Amino acid sequence: MKIIVSIKQVPDTSGKVAVNPDGTLNRASMQTITNPDDMNALEAALKIKDETGCKVIVVTMGPPPAAGMLREALAMGADEAVLVSAREFGGSDTYATSQVLAAAISTIGVEADDIVMCGRQAIDGDTAQVGPQIAEKLGLPQVTYAADIQKDGDTITVKRMLEDGYMTIKVKTPCLITCIKELNSPRYMSVGGVFEAYSKPLTTYNYETLKDHPLIDATTIGLKGSPTNIFKSFTPPQKGAGMMLEGADKATCEKLAGILAAKHII
Amino acid sequence: MDFHLTNEQLMLRKMYREFAENEVKPLAEEIDEEERFPMETVQKMAKLGMMGIYFPKEYGGAGGDVLSYAMCVEELAKVCGTTAVIVSAHTSLCCAPIFENGTEEQKRKYLPDLLSGRKIGAFGLTEPNAGTDASGQQTTAVLEGDHYVLNGSKCFITNGNVADTFVVFAMTDKSKGNHGISAFIVEKSFPGFSTGKHEKKMGIRGSSTCDLIFEDCIVPKENLLGKEGKGFKIAMQTLDGGRIGIAAQALGLGEGAVNEAVKYTQERVQFGRRLSQFQNTQFQLADMHTRMQAAQYLVYAAAMKKQLHEDYSMDASMAKLFAAEAASDVTRRAVQLFGGYGYTREYPVERMMRDAKITEIYEGTSEVQRMVISSHLGVK
Repeated sequence: MKIIVSIKQVPDTSGKVAVNPDGTLNRASMQTITNPDDMNALEAALKIKDETGCKVIVVTMGPPPAAGMLREALAMGADEAVLVSAREFGGSDTYATSQVLAAAISTIGVEADDIVMCGRQAIDGDTAQVGPQIAEKLGLPQVTYAADIQKDGDTITVKRMLEDGYMTIKVKTPCLITCIKELNSPRYMSVGGVFEAYSKPLTTYNYETLKDHPLIDATTIGLKGSPTNIFKSFTPPQKGAGMMLEGADKATCEKLAGILAAKHII
Repeated sequence: MDFHLTNEQLMLRKMYREFAENEVKPLAEEIDEEERFPMETVQKMAKLGMMGIYFPKEYGGAGGDVLSYAMCVEELAKVCGTTAVIVSAHTSLCCAPIFENGTEEQKRKYLPDLLSGRKIGAFGLTEPNAGTDASGQQTTAVLEGDHYVLNGSKCFITNGNVADTFVVFAMTDKSKGNHGISAFIVEKSFPGFSTGKHEKKMGIRGSSTCDLIFEDCIVPKENLLGKEGKGFKIAMQTLDGGRIGIAAQALGLGEGAVNEAVKYTQERVQFGRRLSQFQNTQFQLADMHTRMQAAQYLVYAAAMKKQLHEDYSMDASMAKLFAAEAASDVTRRAVQLFGGYGYTREYPVERMMRDAKITEIYEGTSEVQRMVISSHLGVK
């Protein structure tokens, strides 16, 4: 059994977000981090590894420096890493990215008892599309927004966290699960893990490796092949601070109703 | 000298920083205020391999290097002097002498628990009448059949009340002076061993500091560390290594104070300008940072020499002397830049100033470091 975790290196948006004059993100001027939701996916995989001894393989598509992020995943406890990197893949939108990642994951191999895990969405694009698209392209059942994962043999019970409540779903392996921050707290790299990280296998898949894969259509990858084009990007105006009312008594409720009525909400 | 950190060291520094920010910093004020040993942090550090960084994996260590250990102490000290010295005393003063002087049997028996952090280590050399003059040991050890009987007491023992394993020094032959001192591995469960009350200190207040008391304490013969009469040498060698840890603690304290002062002076407005816009502030911060950067080079150089098994005794002394005095000066200046707020416990710089002072005193005072350095110069 193995778990393949798809992770992404993203600009650290907790600092200042820099935008180029053409509206694209100025990635060079920003620190990079591993996408937070992907860290939850990796932690979920490592937790299953702790319990079952399964293998964990991390995969990312990105420029060569993304190898540093993969080494950190290895230092946290992942066993192997795959870097999917080629000029031809650069500028891919979610459609193109999921195509390449699906081909890479399929090349690694998805067997009957395997799981593919992704973060729900990346903080740079916020699309939440890549995980589900990988599942579609690989023909895997998918469960999104996992806030709890329990494994019992080949059955995975996933508690999905939705805007209006929870939904519990049982799914058989092989499957793909997208993870949210409520799922767990990602572990730190360990000192021993760091000293092992550089002796664990890190394989690079380039264009040559994947170009003949049936899932790859050369006309729909990279910037040119991507159906999505960014028309404009901008920093949204800051929302005002929210208002908190405390209390469960009638007076508080009336005050709340008054405020909502004044804003013509009710 | 190669001043470039390895990929592993860079990755570790990132991990130490995240751990220090998320797990250590939030507790720093509280453990200082309550004089509480942060056992929960030690357990977390143990899980991550931070209690046995530079020891081989075969004994339960993390398989790292001495500089990676010094960097750990440095990063912890940036946010909490107490947490830093817990790691330093455990690693340098207990794990290291057992690893460097123990028999294979002793190493197999004691190191796995210590290096994994399941047990905490401490070091007992200082006595009420044997501080800087460590040769004046009054604790005695008498061989009786298959065990030694220890009598006497030790004071100011870091980790004393929480440690399970102690490296302790005692006179086995008073007539031989320094050459009559021997080292022992003592477990807290040994009959006749007890610890005294927690010392109330000026700084590193969350760190456990207490007396060790030996009243006809029975120590098995096989717990003699090294040969009889070689204890003083073991103590001095251990302190050479320990000084790297304390120098790293001082380094972190000073760097932490610079970080706080840079942040604060950019926020605080007086006379219609941010403090950071005044040239006095800029010059102060430039001097403070430069001193800490110089300290870092000395500390890292000493750690690298120890890693390479080169003679690092003078380097460790220079690193500790310079880093400790720089830390005391820099933290004091940070308080000054904060003004009245810096003197309150609302901001961490007063704690850093209190914590920094001890680095000029323990594991060899600054005066002792000057003695060591001048002796290496052949000055008599």
